[in-house]
Amino acid sequence: MATTYKLIDSVTVGSGGAANMEFTNIPQIYTDLVLKISPRQTANVNSYQFSIRFNGNSSNIYSRRQLMGYGAGVDSQTQTNTSSIFIGFDQSSSFTANTFGNFEVYIPNYTSSNHKTLSADSVTEDNTASVYGISLVAGLWANTSAITSILLQDISGGSNLAQYSTAYLYGISNA
Amino acid sequence: MSETLTKIVVNCETGEQQILPLTAAEIAQREADAAAYAAEKAAADAAAEATAAAKASGLAKLIGLGLTQDEANALLK
Repeated sequence: MATTYKLIDSVTVGSGGAANMEFTNIPQIYTDLVLKISPRQTANVNSYQFSIRFNGNSSNIYSRRQLMGYGAGVDSQTQTNTSSIFIGFDQSSSFTANTFGNFEVYIPNYTSSNHKTLSADSVTEDNTASVYGISLVAGLWANTSAITSILLQDISGGSNLAQYSTAYLYGISNA
Repeated sequence: MSETLTKIVVNCETGEQQILPLTAAEIAQREADAAAYAAEKAAADAAAEATAAAKASGLAKLIGLGLTQDEANALLK
């Protein structure tokens, strides 16, 4: 049972937008990490995904299994030997104005000397008709280093994260 | 005109936040990530189309053997 749920830091994208958000020098005093992300893109980028990368490591040692529903379809994906983990769909600028997607990413035992896992659930919102995309991801970073930085990246071509997109990083302690 | 690509870097130790332009290497990595995702999605879409085509073909053959549409659909579920 978690005994703390402490906000480590947060980011709110300003009027200029931003392609990436990065948390660095993450304190090594918690058991697990939780990210809550609320993004929106500046371009129409339906079906692109948001990605996460640890410690600036872009080696092909990430993998994921993903269940997703988008538009009228459902799908699943398994990917190995990738350079980051796709954690869910972008909130396109074509979706209802001023709506943002929602992501929660749980990263257990981020300081351990074992390979690092994550789980991510996310949803994009389009209030004109229905939800566009939902996603559940199990991810792996096959690296034994403690996680000290987290890069959250919008990979959708030339799009930026829109103003008021946010990311919050929390620390969880088990004792 | 394309937007300038930037990143917001938060130092969790000091609380300092900086807005920095992406370096050429970071832009290249981002483009590689986008290309990787596009390739993955194209492969997934192609596989889904092939599965749908095979299913439609199988369904037609079952109906040709005398099954009703509902019976054939039930077998393919």
